[in-house]
Amino acid sequence: MPSVLNKFLLLFVLLTTIFSAHNTLYAKETDSSKDLKTEIKDYISHHLEDAYDFSLFSYTNDDGKHVYIGIPLPVILWDGGLQVFSSSKLHHGESVAHVGDNYYKLDHGKIYKTDAQGTITYDETNHATNIAPLDISITKGVASMILIALLMFWIFRSLAKSYVENKGVPAGIGRFFEPIVLYIRDDIARPNIGDKKHGKYMSFLLTVFFFIWFLNLVGLTPLGVNVTGNIAVTFGLALLTFVITNFTGTKDYWLHIFDPLGSSMKWYAKIPLYIILIPIEVLGIFIKPFSLLIRLYANMQAGHIVLMSLIGLMFIFKSWLGSPLSFGLAFAISLIELLVALLQAYIFTMLSALYFGFAAEEHEHH
Amino acid sequence: MEKLISEFSIGLFFWQSMIFIGLLLLLRKYAWGPILNAVNERETSIKDALASAEAARTEMENLHSDNQRILKEARAEKEALLKEAQSTRAQLISAAKEEAQTEAQKILSQAQEAIQNEKRAAINELREQVGSIAMDIAEKVLKKELESKDKQVQLINQLLQDSDLK
Repeated sequence: MPSVLNKFLLLFVLLTTIFSAHNTLYAKETDSSKDLKTEIKDYISHHLEDAYDFSLFSYTNDDGKHVYIGIPLPVILWDGGLQVFSSSKLHHGESVAHVGDNYYKLDHGKIYKTDAQGTITYDETNHATNIAPLDISITKGVASMILIALLMFWIFRSLAKSYVENKGVPAGIGRFFEPIVLYIRDDIARPNIGDKKHGKYMSFLLTVFFFIWFLNLVGLTPLGVNVTGNIAVTFGLALLTFVITNFTGTKDYWLHIFDPLGSSMKWYAKIPLYIILIPIEVLGIFIKPFSLLIRLYANMQAGHIVLMSLIGLMFIFKSWLGSPLSFGLAFAISLIELLVALLQAYIFTMLSALYFGFAAEEHEHH
Repeated sequence: MEKLISEFSIGLFFWQSMIFIGLLLLLRKYAWGPILNAVNERETSIKDALASAEAARTEMENLHSDNQRILKEARAEKEALLKEAQSTRAQLISAAKEEAQTEAQKILSQAQEAIQNEKRAAINELREQVGSIAMDIAEKVLKKELESKDKQVQLINQLLQDSDLK
């Protein structure tokens, strides 16, 4: 463990340095033209959003043009037929993409269908009124998820293989991950779901734990992916918890929702109570996974905002005292975020297991 | 809230669901299943090994107590054997003694008998010899007494007188 931690620490020092370096570039160039604070604010909110290409960094060249260094990703639109084109055509919203007979333009992180000139009309609340076609592009977030999925498959497949090759003893990186797998089984699944029924939930719990943890960790790198801080992703994860909970719910689980008092009271006495109780219980079915999705989203989002704001402070202070101070703070927050990355994955898994436990419970009727 | 909803990207949700479910199914088949199986197998094998070690231990204990018991029995048997041997020896000795005594008695009595017989024979012989010596003496005395005729007649007369014929 200590060596792993050391590696992470080293990585962090490295990452923060790189991060600040390209921020400097960005900040210096725009210093004169725009207010630095607004610039940083825009930069942060831009970072928090998903992107259509995997940009590593960007700068403004001598001609005053933005140059983006990164990998373009495929844009997939459903607009009366499947439209697939490279995100490099969008030029980060600076020009109109001409695909077939259609024109598309990127505006505030969304793709809109436009005319050849790329006019976008706005209503009074500053929302674009152009048609936004159904967008299932491989964005930066999707690409990160694919990479993490591949990484996870490789790690755990090799762990599974090492058991066969090594006669039941893990080898290599599996030695680090096996205790975590066992921890999830013995300290999350078993106590919450029960010895008999935990087996069928294990795959989900393990996958969701490592998926969130790895994505959280990737989110801390200067690649700037903010996948678990995206509401669509946490919604998808919580939705699965919701679906699994309610589809594996036993008779007792549903009885607990629609007849929480059981036979402890006469039926006519229960009616006035149930007018209040049942809606609360039914609401609870939705609130539980909803809390999961909001918790993960808000924690990761907040972490990114705090971290990036502190890094941004370095360029606002520009003094011998302030900048190192905010660097130190950013470094400390990075370490906390490292913990939060694990903690949020743990909490999501733990609470999912708890909800599965409610769904799987079978107790004597009182 | 409105910002959250407008930020919500259906594409990202779609891909997230696809990737996650795909990953879940793949990992279940190729990773979690084998991993958890291997771990379970290992745990049961450890449990079995512990149980068999325990069984071996109790067996050893049993064996040990068995040995102890056998040793005890052997010792008891040895003692019994010794005791028996001792008693047999004593018996043998006493029997031999008795036999020797009776034998000695027998020999003694035989010897006594023989002595008695010899003695009797000797007495008889002595008697015969004494008889014959007496006869000889008597003969010689008679020869001397009855040398003259008148003496003979005198004796006959005396004898006739003595034997009062009636």
